[in-house]
Amino acid sequence: MHLLSVDMTIFLEKLTMIAIVVFALLGIALYTTLAERKVAGVMQDRHGPNRAGPFGLLQPLADGLKLFFKEEIIPLSSNRVLFILGPFIAMFTALITSAVIPWGSSLELFGRKVDLTIADPNIGVLYVFAVVSIGVFGIMIGGWASNNKFSLLAAIRGASQIISYELAMGLSLIALLMITGTMSLGEIVKAQMNGAWGGFLGWNVFVQPLGFLIFLVCVFAECNRTPFDLPEAESELNMGYHQEYSSLKLGFFLFSEYINMIVSSAVMATLFFGGYDIPFVNETHLGETLGNNLVAILGVLMLLAKIVFFLFLFMWVRWTIPRFRYDQLMELGWKKLIPLALFNMLITGIVILLFDK
Amino acid sequence: MPACGGDLKRYMMQPLTNRAKVLDLKPLNFMERLYLPNIMNGMWITLRHIFKKKATIQYPEEKRPFSPVFRGLHVLNRDEEGRERCTACGLCAVACPAEAITMEAAERMKGEEHLYREEKYAARYEINMLRCIFCGLCEEACPKDAIYLSETFAPANFTRKGFIYGKPDLLIPDPKNEPGDFSLAKGQIEDRKEKVRKDVTA
Repeated sequence: MHLLSVDMTIFLEKLTMIAIVVFALLGIALYTTLAERKVAGVMQDRHGPNRAGPFGLLQPLADGLKLFFKEEIIPLSSNRVLFILGPFIAMFTALITSAVIPWGSSLELFGRKVDLTIADPNIGVLYVFAVVSIGVFGIMIGGWASNNKFSLLAAIRGASQIISYELAMGLSLIALLMITGTMSLGEIVKAQMNGAWGGFLGWNVFVQPLGFLIFLVCVFAECNRTPFDLPEAESELNMGYHQEYSSLKLGFFLFSEYINMIVSSAVMATLFFGGYDIPFVNETHLGETLGNNLVAILGVLMLLAKIVFFLFLFMWVRWTIPRFRYDQLMELGWKKLIPLALFNMLITGIVILLFDK
Repeated sequence: MPACGGDLKRYMMQPLTNRAKVLDLKPLNFMERLYLPNIMNGMWITLRHIFKKKATIQYPEEKRPFSPVFRGLHVLNRDEEGRERCTACGLCAVACPAEAITMEAAERMKGEEHLYREEKYAARYEINMLRCIFCGLCEEACPKDAIYLSETFAPANFTRKGFIYGKPDLLIPDPKNEPGDFSLAKGQIEDRKEKVRKDVTA
């Protein structure tokens, strides 16, 4: 299959990867909603949903079906086109962030080397930031087009919050990029695998603990998760920017939040926790005994385990910490995190200058 | 008279519990302003709650045990031969503070001796469960051991009419036709009486 001297099977390969990643993300997000309610339950001495199917495993399906069959209401005074566009942008941007994440090393299938990543551009980190910035538009357009004061207020809050925290997020990452010297997520993972203890000590979280902390806080803010869930503050803005939404469009908004959580967890695991690196294990040695394919699959599972841990962290924090006040949110972002990130950058620069020559 | 400070305690309300805390309004120090140690503290608390015993009772499968003196739906009793004990004397209706009991008496005809224990019986015996306050005074008033309050409570219904329980709803199963159900219901009644007696003597 060669056309215009391009190996056409690569399209097939990438399309399969895209399909697998998108459906896996949707599936995991589906069950993250259940996990969220379960975690909320057990942290409040309750059981959580356990009636639909064994252990409530069919609950996400029931919730989805309910949303699917609900009446679709588009307010007359809303801007129809933008109203419909909002949730789609939110969902779309949430999904395409996953394109640059290296899910695993590579498999050898049918005599071909198949990379377990959709794309590994040399500006992977920049791409993630760009897409996350577009994600704001979903909230902004959706909130504005609803023609509802609560939605509008929530949209403004969301936009300013995400833009503010993106700064600190970027600055905290610059220090990391100064060390790795590359923006390709695949390269960053490979660099982390070379540390001591089978790569464990090479994880960037040990090199950049402060950077990771800032990044973590910013990720919470970017995902609109508690304690930064001001755009959907129930107690003051009813339901926030998706106030006027119903049926599947509401589902898209709610779902995109969970997909954002999963992708952010994956980005955090990739940047700071060695991605698909199995700690205390030397992958190349293990590959000689077990076969490279098996090790690659184990790596994917390892990344998933790290993602699950971060998802649990998201929920754990949500059911522990109350919401910030708006001025406190802005103060934390601009007066604490940004100077802290700059300080971190400075320290990293000095250390590199003094010891890395 | 001191403005504040050491003598503050004198002006404080007498504490009702030993949980009262004096508020410390000092400005936060650096560690406290970091918030992270306190957040860790809070997260440790929520983490411990995961492993605690759940407060929820899985209702249809699990039920809370009733107290032995719980007063629920009424049962109209029969004797061992399956004859209704009620003689329609009306004492229960008189005793009822909510006026929930309605009854009509009738005379036992020839050939009905196997149905009714005495010469007079209740042809109609209705309790309005919406009016009933489940005080148990009817049970105390009855000279014939004919009415008891059981451990069940009235299930939901769609109409008010549905809460007016007639004789078919109230009568204990017939020991001749349904001996199992009768002994079950009877056993529960006896158990309850036994429990209450023990509680009273103890």
